[in-house]
Amino acid sequence: MIRISYKINIMNSRDKILAAVKKNQPAPRELPALDFALHSEDVQEKFVAVLNSIGGTAHIVNGYDEVQAVIDKEYADAGRIISLAPEITSRGKAFEAGTDPHLLEDVDLTVIKAQFGVAENAAVWVTDGMLPERVLPFITQNLAVIIHKRDIMPLMHQAYEKIGNEDYGFGVFIAGPSKTADIEQSLVLGAHGSKTMRIFILQ
Amino acid sequence: MNNGDKDHAALAQQFNADEPRVSWHDETLWWVRAKRDKAAHTIPGWEHLRETASRIKNNVLSNMHAYLLQFEENARKNGITVHWAADAREHNEIVCGILQKHGINRMVKSKSMLTEECHLNDYLQQNGIEVIDTDLGERIVQLAKEPPSHIVLPCIHKKKEEIGELFHEHLGTPEGNADPQFLTHAARLHLREKFLTRRAALTGVNFAIAETGEFVVCTNEGNADMGAHLADVHIACMGFEKLLPQRKHLGVFLRLLARSATGQPITTYSSHFKKPRKGQEMHIVLVDNGRSVQLGREDFRNSLKCIRCGACMNTCPVYRRSGGHSYHTAVAGPIGSILAPNLDMRKYADLPFASTLCGSCSNVCPVKIDIHDQLYKWRQVLMKEGYGPAAKKLAMKGMTFTLSNPGVYRFAGKTGRWVMDKMPFIVNNKLNPWYKQREMPEPPAQSFNEWYKKNRKAD
Repeated sequence: MIRISYKINIMNSRDKILAAVKKNQPAPRELPALDFALHSEDVQEKFVAVLNSIGGTAHIVNGYDEVQAVIDKEYADAGRIISLAPEITSRGKAFEAGTDPHLLEDVDLTVIKAQFGVAENAAVWVTDGMLPERVLPFITQNLAVIIHKRDIMPLMHQAYEKIGNEDYGFGVFIAGPSKTADIEQSLVLGAHGSKTMRIFILQ
Repeated sequence: MNNGDKDHAALAQQFNADEPRVSWHDETLWWVRAKRDKAAHTIPGWEHLRETASRIKNNVLSNMHAYLLQFEENARKNGITVHWAADAREHNEIVCGILQKHGINRMVKSKSMLTEECHLNDYLQQNGIEVIDTDLGERIVQLAKEPPSHIVLPCIHKKKEEIGELFHEHLGTPEGNADPQFLTHAARLHLREKFLTRRAALTGVNFAIAETGEFVVCTNEGNADMGAHLADVHIACMGFEKLLPQRKHLGVFLRLLARSATGQPITTYSSHFKKPRKGQEMHIVLVDNGRSVQLGREDFRNSLKCIRCGACMNTCPVYRRSGGHSYHTAVAGPIGSILAPNLDMRKYADLPFASTLCGSCSNVCPVKIDIHDQLYKWRQVLMKEGYGPAAKKLAMKGMTFTLSNPGVYRFAGKTGRWVMDKMPFIVNNKLNPWYKQREMPEPPAQSFNEWYKKNRKAD
C-alpha cells in the first residue's frame, strides 16, 4: 500500500493528466471519410468575387510586366519596397539576408509569390520557405501577392491535399488585408497587419 | 472586475438598467448571427460539413490519450518544448517560469480564452511581469480593467464613445473623437511599438495537429503573428481538447470556424506554427484544468468539442439581452454555462438556469454540441447535488406537494385565478419575479377541469 501511494505521489502532471484521460475517454469512435463534392464553379471568378468582398483587390494579368506596371503606378510614392519575386525589379529591392525583422517596420510594400490560392475564401498559401523573415507579410504596410490561375483550388480540402505532408517551419493562409470590427462592429481595414492586399492572377 | 457573489439574474438586472443599450447589444449580436446564416447557407453541404466536424471531434475525444502522446512526440521533434499543466495555477507558474528564465518582464499576448480562464494576467502582474493584450477588443477591455464579455468580440458591450474616452485617457487621442477608423489606427501605432520592443509573445491555439506536431492560430488583425514572429520566445497555451488527428482535418474546421463566428469565409490569417524560427524558442503548454474530469462525464463530455466560435452566444436570446459579464466566467453564453459548472458547481450553479432552453445554440453549433440538452441535464445534476437556489428548492417542493394532491391543486388554481382577477396588485408587483419586465397574463375564467365537467354534462 505504501509503495503504491508513493508511486502516485511522484507522478508528475504529465502522467497524471494522461492517466486521467486514458481512464475517462469514451469507447473508440471511427474517423469519418472526408468526401466533399466539388462544385462546377469558375474558380477564378469565385476567387475574385470573394477577394473583393473581404477588402482585397484582384488584378488579372498576362505577365510580370503587367504586374510591374500596376505596382509602378499604384505605389509611385512608396518608400521602401521589398520584392521576393525576382521578376519584379524596377523599384523593389531584393531582401538583404540577415536583416533584423524589427527593422522591417517601415516597409511600404512587399511583393511575394504564393504557392496557390483557394476560391471559396480567397486565401493564399505562403510558407517560410518563400519568406526570408516570417514577419514580412504581416509587418509590411501593403502586401502584393502573385499566383497563377492554374493554382487556384476550389475548396480548403483540395488545398490541404496539395499541401500534403510538406515540411515547413511556418505556413499561413492569408485572406485579404488585416481587419477588425471590434469597435461597434464597424469594419476597419488595417488592424495590425497589412492595410491593403492586392492579388495578381497570372493567366 | 469583481462581481462579488452576484448571480446571473442579479448581474443581468444591472445590465438591463440601460434599456436602449440592451436593445443595441441585442441587435448588434443578432446582426452577427444573420451574417453567420448567410455564410452557412451560401456554401453547399454545410450540414455535411458540421456532421463531419462533429464526428472528427468524437474520434478525438475517444482517442485523446494516443493523440496527446503523438502530438507531444512530434512537437518535440519539431524543436518545440512541451509542458503539461494539471490546473490553472500550474499553467501560470510554467508561463511565469519561462519568462523569468529569460529575465523578461514585459510580454505581448494575443487572444487566448484559456489564459482568461486561468487568470494569467493577474498572476504575472503579481510577479512583476507586464502583459499587453494585443487584440484590439482585448486591449480596450484591458484599459477599462474589465474582462472580455464575448470570446470573439471582447468589447461588444462597449459604445464607441466609451472607447474614445479610454483612448483619450490612455493613448492620448483627441477628446471626443469616437471614429472607429481613427481609433483603430491609434491602436495600430500604439501596439506596433509594443510588438517591436517585447521579447516574449504568448498566443492561444485554435487547433493542434497530432500527426505533425504543429498548431494553428487564427486572427483577423494579425496580432498573433506580429507578436510571435518578432519575439525571441513564443509561448502557446492550449486546452488539450484543441487536438485534431491530421493536418487534412484543418480543411473541415477552417471552413466552419470563421463562417460560424462572424460570417467571414475564413479569418484573414490562419497561421500554422510547426517549428521555431532560427534563434527562437517555442513552447507549448498543454492544460487540463478540469478537462479530463469533463471527459469522464458522459452527459457533458461533448462540450469539449467546442472550437470557440461564439455562434451560440450570438444567437442566444438570454446572452443578447443580459451581456457577457452577467455570466461571471471567462467563457460566457450557452457554451460557458455548460463548461463552468464542471470546474466549480457551487460558484456556477446559476448558469445552466440562464437559458430558455430554446435550442438555438445547438442548431448553430458547428460541431453539433447538444448545448441545450446539457443545460437541462446540468440543472438536474445541480439540484440533486444540492446546489440549487434555496427559493427554487422550496418552490419545487411546493409544486411537488400541489401537483400530487388533486384537491390542493384545484384549490390553488381557483385561488390564483381569483387573486389575479380581483386583486391583481398581489401578483403585479416587484416581489414577483415573473412580473419583471413583463405583464402577467389574463387569468382564464375557469380551469380546463371545470370546462370539461361543464361541457361533458351538456353533452
